[in-house]
Amino acid sequence: MAAGVATWLPFARAAAVGWLPLAKKTMPKPPVDNTSRSDEILYVNVSGVRFQTWKNTLDRYPDTLLGSSEKEFFYNEDTQEYFFDRDPEMFRHILNFYRTGKLHYPRHECIQAFDEELAFYGIVPEIIGDCCMEEYRDRKKENQERLAEDTEANEASDAPLPPHSTSRERLWRAFENPHTSTMALVFYYVTGFFIAVSVIANVVETVPCRPPKGSVKDLPCGEKYQLAFFCMDTACVLIFTFEYLMRLFAAPSRCKFMRSVMSVIDVVAIMPYYIGLVMPENEDVSGAFVTLRVFRVFRIFKFSRHSQGLRILGYTLKSCASELGFLLFSLTMAIIIFATVMFYAEKGTKGSTFTSIPASFWYTIVTMTTLGLVKLDSVLQKHWSQVYHQNFIRLKVRLARIRMAKKGTTNAFLQYKEDRDRDSDSTALCVKNRSAFEHQHHHLLHCLEKTTNHEFTDEMNYSELCMTESVGFRTSRSTSLSSQQGAQNNSTGCCPRRARRRAAMRLANSTVSVSRGSVQELDTLHIKTTSIPPQTRSSLNAQADDLKLNCGEQDFTAAIISIPTPPANTPDESLPPSPAPIPGILRNTRATAYTHDTVKISSL
Amino acid sequence: MGAVVGTLTMQTKQRRPSRDKADDDLEMTMVCHRPEGLDQLEAQTNFSKRELQVLYRGFKNECPSGIVNEETFKQIYSQFFPHGDASTYAHYLFNAFDAGHTGSIKFEDFVTALSILLRGSVTEKLQWTFNLYDINRDGYINKEEMTDIVRAIYDMMGKYTYPVLKTDAPKQHVDAFFQKMDKNRDGVVTLDEFILSCQEDENIMRSLQLFENVI
Repeated sequence: MAAGVATWLPFARAAAVGWLPLAKKTMPKPPVDNTSRSDEILYVNVSGVRFQTWKNTLDRYPDTLLGSSEKEFFYNEDTQEYFFDRDPEMFRHILNFYRTGKLHYPRHECIQAFDEELAFYGIVPEIIGDCCMEEYRDRKKENQERLAEDTEANEASDAPLPPHSTSRERLWRAFENPHTSTMALVFYYVTGFFIAVSVIANVVETVPCRPPKGSVKDLPCGEKYQLAFFCMDTACVLIFTFEYLMRLFAAPSRCKFMRSVMSVIDVVAIMPYYIGLVMPENEDVSGAFVTLRVFRVFRIFKFSRHSQGLRILGYTLKSCASELGFLLFSLTMAIIIFATVMFYAEKGTKGSTFTSIPASFWYTIVTMTTLGLVKLDSVLQKHWSQVYHQNFIRLKVRLARIRMAKKGTTNAFLQYKEDRDRDSDSTALCVKNRSAFEHQHHHLLHCLEKTTNHEFTDEMNYSELCMTESVGFRTSRSTSLSSQQGAQNNSTGCCPRRARRRAAMRLANSTVSVSRGSVQELDTLHIKTTSIPPQTRSSLNAQADDLKLNCGEQDFTAAIISIPTPPANTPDESLPPSPAPIPGILRNTRATAYTHDTVKISSL
Repeated sequence: MGAVVGTLTMQTKQRRPSRDKADDDLEMTMVCHRPEGLDQLEAQTNFSKRELQVLYRGFKNECPSGIVNEETFKQIYSQFFPHGDASTYAHYLFNAFDAGHTGSIKFEDFVTALSILLRGSVTEKLQWTFNLYDINRDGYINKEEMTDIVRAIYDMMGKYTYPVLKTDAPKQHVDAFFQKMDKNRDGVVTLDEFILSCQEDENIMRSLQLFENVI
């Protein structure tokens, strides 16, 4: 749990004395605390640099390496210290996290090295403080993009083929990496040449040529030497079609190939020709056909197979797509505003060219682009992206974290109550993977329940209860089938999800004792649904792996969610770690309660 | 043109918050409280030196300025009860902790209250609780005060409870409380009535021992 929260828990528990005279029921027994009360100094030797800290400091985060018994594996009896053969510079930051509750990302460090250290010490990167989170995420995104480029370069490397490859695989490899064989190289240059020829032909056929004998008007070359251009076009299209079909044949995954950008460009480049062949010599339709010929210019994009630079440009555009989108949007807004202003300003004047607002669009666009307002926009862009990041993304991340922490610890207490109801004397089972802090906190909440003689529950069960009570049907704790059937009949007709859950509840209650297997199933269910981390941008997707660090713990939710709560130290965040229990009858519904944990954030 | 206006307004906005923040920071650093010596505190409370050290280290870590104001106090307390609204009860708690009514809790106040609650005698604990309930500090708990306290406690439960929280639940609770505590039926509970009634109740006596080993 967060350092702050852990420190104040004794005070909160002491303040519970104020409830005692009001309590309607007897208070539950407090959890047994076996840890020694006295604080001691631990020595941690990291590659020769000695750190000293209080044991309590490390105990604040029991789900990490240093906070759990895992550090005993590194204990050196002879020197009476914990020895870690890791980077002492990085360890400083790790230890500061324990001390202050905030994890900072050092800007001069490599992002991968930092991630590895965090993974070793069992710290989830999500808890990096807001001050460093943006920098961390940006670096991580950069790194991933670079890795993606590297893997692509590796795929296209000159490594020798595996020995038993089919001709199809060889063909595909020849296409992807032309340097492997001379045939591939020849094919590569031939296609390149024909792309160039095709593009030049497109350009030249519109140039006015000298008119043929007997005519005065200048004709474009395309019409004068119509047959020649047609032959050239046919040859190019034949080559391109052949190339496309060969690639399609050789592709390891045809669906994926057909969906790829390059294949779409190929198709778009050759389709106008075929459509032209098929189309009849109709006056009306040929007008549309002429427009279709515009798409022949897409052949120039085929060059991106031949040039890595073009591909990288494509990636760059893709990565800043959202910013570009906003740029276009803001430009459009400005154009509309100024065009409207110009139109109404010139409305009365005779002979004005601004006959309508769209007519003034052209004027506005030309003026804006000529005056280089795009440059000003880039300045705005820089500030905008800063402001955007600060306000929206960070706020969303923070809110998502708070919500997730809330729900997570809700479910922790939920499961605690469930286990408690199940076997009240054998607490060994549930005690195992919960920290002392959690036990004490749960005890505190339990005291509150006893004081008011009401129990905590979650939103879904509450709405059910409201419904059943309004219908006049009382849900009792008994496992009589008739009462459940009654509940089913009375509240059927609501959303099918509820009906399904009620059916599940009936199922659960018909077995008087919940078997170990079913509880495990529920546990895995809730592990599955809670293992989805908060996703802000795609860069965080990769960090899903880090959350699997604490597997093996039954109370998975508490394990992963307890760590993100440290930001509670900042005054504008209140990260309440408290859970909410449910009554014993609604056992199975716990599984679906966990689906609330996935909190998705869209960046725009 | 629009962009120029935009940039102008942006700049003026940037200048203003920094000035306010500077003032706030200055104020914060000026108000820094150091507690009395360790020996004095040990004499005044029932804690040992070691326990006081542990307590102070935690306190100082959270509040480097040495004092807790009401807002921070409410936030801290609310962390433990996310589903409900703990701010009202925290307000009453704050007043109970802030014995000197200075508007902020210092480490001495904090430790004194903890000493009573965790290490004090039964009478002291009950006295502290009476002090908490007696909002206006007039020596009597009347029904309005008790209703406020009970309502604040029920607020901490939040909306989603089982069974569903009825609107008159606090009132019923208060009535039951007065039934038990108000011996002479005069509508108020005095300190003596309170202590006497609590001592008669087995449950309360037993539960008062619950939090002995919190520290």
